[in-house]
Amino acid sequence: MTAQQPLSRPGATRGGFSSSHARLYAGMAAGVLLIALPLFTLMQLALSDDSGSLTHVVSTVLPQATRETALLLAGVAVLTAVFGTGSAWLVTAFEFPLRRVLAIALVLPLAMPTYIAAAVYVEWLDAAGPVQRFIRMLVGAPTAAAFPLPSIRSLPGAIFVMSAVLYPYVYLSTRALFTMQSASLIEAARSLGAKPARIFWRVALPLARPAIALGVSLCLLETLNDIGASEFLGVRTLTLSVMTTWLNRGSLEGAAAIACAMLIVVIALILVEMRARGNRGFTSSVKRPRAVAPKTLKGAQAIGALSFCAAPVIVGFIVPATFLSIQAMQRTVRGQIDPMIFDALLMTVLLAGAATIGILLLASTIAASQRLLGTALSRGVARFAALGYAVPGTVLALGLLTPIAFFDNQIANLWRAVTGERIGLVLTGSGLAIIIAYHARFLGIAIGAIENGYARISPHLDDAARMLGRSLGGIRRDVHQPLIRPALGTAALLVFVDAMKELPATLLLRPLNVETLATLVYADAARGVFEAGSLAALLIVLIGLGPIMLIARANRSEPADALLAASAATGDAKARDNPV
Amino acid sequence: MLHRPFSRVLAAAAFLTLSPQAFAQTDVVNVYTSREPALIKPALDAFTQATAIKVNTVFIQNGLEERVKAEGANSPADIIITVDAAKLVNAVDLGILQKPSNMLTEAAIAPSLRDPEGRWSAVTLRSRVVYASKDRVKENAIHYEDLADPKWKGKICIRSGQHPYNISLIAAMIAHHGVEKTEAWLRGVKANLAKKPSGGDRDVAKDILAGVCDIGIGNTYYVGLMLKDKDQRAWGEAIKVLDSTFKNGGTHVNISGVGLAKNAPNKANAEKLIGFLLSDQAQVMLATLNEEYPVRAGISTVTTEKLFGPIKPDSFSLIQIANQRKKASELVDKVGFDQ
Repeated sequence: MTAQQPLSRPGATRGGFSSSHARLYAGMAAGVLLIALPLFTLMQLALSDDSGSLTHVVSTVLPQATRETALLLAGVAVLTAVFGTGSAWLVTAFEFPLRRVLAIALVLPLAMPTYIAAAVYVEWLDAAGPVQRFIRMLVGAPTAAAFPLPSIRSLPGAIFVMSAVLYPYVYLSTRALFTMQSASLIEAARSLGAKPARIFWRVALPLARPAIALGVSLCLLETLNDIGASEFLGVRTLTLSVMTTWLNRGSLEGAAAIACAMLIVVIALILVEMRARGNRGFTSSVKRPRAVAPKTLKGAQAIGALSFCAAPVIVGFIVPATFLSIQAMQRTVRGQIDPMIFDALLMTVLLAGAATIGILLLASTIAASQRLLGTALSRGVARFAALGYAVPGTVLALGLLTPIAFFDNQIANLWRAVTGERIGLVLTGSGLAIIIAYHARFLGIAIGAIENGYARISPHLDDAARMLGRSLGGIRRDVHQPLIRPALGTAALLVFVDAMKELPATLLLRPLNVETLATLVYADAARGVFEAGSLAALLIVLIGLGPIMLIARANRSEPADALLAASAATGDAKARDNPV
Repeated sequence: MLHRPFSRVLAAAAFLTLSPQAFAQTDVVNVYTSREPALIKPALDAFTQATAIKVNTVFIQNGLEERVKAEGANSPADIIITVDAAKLVNAVDLGILQKPSNMLTEAAIAPSLRDPEGRWSAVTLRSRVVYASKDRVKENAIHYEDLADPKWKGKICIRSGQHPYNISLIAAMIAHHGVEKTEAWLRGVKANLAKKPSGGDRDVAKDILAGVCDIGIGNTYYVGLMLKDKDQRAWGEAIKVLDSTFKNGGTHVNISGVGLAKNAPNKANAEKLIGFLLSDQAQVMLATLNEEYPVRAGISTVTTEKLFGPIKPDSFSLIQIANQRKKASELVDKVGFDQ
């Protein structure tokens, strides 16, 4: 591992301020605006509250909601860390039956949205569901009240469901780390006679601390963002309180205040994660990383390893996917297919695809400006632009409503002034509003993944190119772009999968007659007939499988490129400048 | 390839062509609904068939009024369809409705079911009642106030206290008995809960079937819908609907309603749609399809009455009840009902 400081300084390139500079600054400005506008709207709303609902909310809602949210986050953090890290370690350091299959399969739950997993498990494990009915039959209990079993609709249930589908974030980041960095250290420990358990606790785990922190912080951000699963499972999270304050007390101001408070909590979380990671980052060495030679397991140990790794896959993917498939098939046979589903499928792919292209363009510009300019401003912009990922989707969409409507009305009024015709709302009416919301929300993932790609490109290459007379734009075009392609690919896949699953912003900002697969699922769940949306839910999972398998394959062969995203939101650049 | 700005411009242009409102339109009417589209689609399709006016819809369960307000003068919204009178009152307060020229001069709709200034009207009616196990509960009628009676300890299931349907019921209780007595009642109900509030009204029936609880609260129409659904029929058959009233009052009702948007671009078409929704044909259709009660006097309620009996709406007007919602929501938090 070598420490490498980028030597670039602003204006140090030949020719001063060029069109390339202009593009970089334009990208940074766009990134800042995208996040600043909704945040500013929310803060303005929060501060304008004079109805006293804020004091009521603070005294009655916040303590309980904060407590439940904190417990939920703590539980998810522990479970995802244990299963994500444990399975990554087992799959890297040992050989056992089905290891190769499991190494890829462990990523699959990423394709399963949290709200769908929650709905499926409620169907299965609820008092009236097949599992409990079976148990009551075995035991001979007439009613559930006579033989109460733990309910899935509870805080532990929520921790269980969320961890089952979110652990792949930890798995991916720790696996990348283990494959990349541990070979010589592990072998040294082995040659000194350390047992496998000791190697894990004393060598692998401390090494993995930054990766675990990264993966867990992503899991927690996703948990915070979720509304569907929490509402379903009866957990009163802060995000849910935002919704009820807004809807039932009619206090958008109070809701905005809670949202701002949440943002402060999230920023604190991120700072804690940065501290937990220490000042270590992932810099690449000149030599190609060597994978650790796996130790073969036999007998009970092999079965133990197999079960430990198979359990998350079964719980997080196989069970929900099977349920969805059965329901979808039943409905297809009965002819109960929603005719809108093909339009929804097309619209989902179109919106996610268009957003991915735009986000890649913007994120690569912002990441490039950080790399090429190296100023505190560019680093600050990259951190700020990634903040959108930390804001729950509903809140972000609410914050975007006013600015987007403002621009829409300006455009419409201008059109009317020029042509005398009524054009309606262009941004909202065309679906661009949704794409803008996706940009605000997912920019952080893309920035993080591309930053990791830049980390693999030695700054010496930049310096060499400058010495040979390349301008800023030339460096970007001739040196960076060919080398950054794998990272762009990873960023594109991650953004696409997340955009496809997105629900709250889509619900609020979509134009007339537009459905995505996620909104179809939601419409049925809202009526209390979730199974009717099972084909749409299955399609979300199936479409996500493609990108996710690609990510899993990339993780195997090019570990550093698959390192995960919100490192942008968590200050990875700072860590890289001060390596161990 | 990826790094040319043109691709973004192209994408925007492509989307502009998809915009339904960007250019001059054939006959359309734009409906913003917080009612699930599947429930109103048959009526809207019938409207299109009768008038050749195309209906565009968007389902915004949460934030519909905020969106229409933010969209302002250029909003494409013509009609707003929502559930829960409080949302319509909220829409009036936000200033996003206007009075249609045709709405209520002709229809025979009870004053308690429409805006006194004529800016919105109910379209269908439903009541919030007590579901009970056919096997384990002998009563056939109940007062809402009795739900706090200790004899039901550990026997009640209900969805989240913060859900708008329950907020309305609690608000109605406040209108009847005042805040203090309602707080005591709410604490009593909470003490009687079999489990933490979660899920929806259909889950209440499901839990009664499973024996988790003996009674619960839900809307009337779910019963009919469950009986019609192959997978949920067992839930519907496990329960009966108790004749639920306030002491010295009637049954708590709520509505789905319609309003004309203030800046409606297709005002004439919108007024036609409102008239259609209140016409005999649509009223009967909506009532039968969705197991609700029609709001026009004189429309037969035979099919719904078969399941739930004749409706005896409470005396308080929906607007009076809507005014208590904020206090109701605060009470739910104060009492810790959902914890």
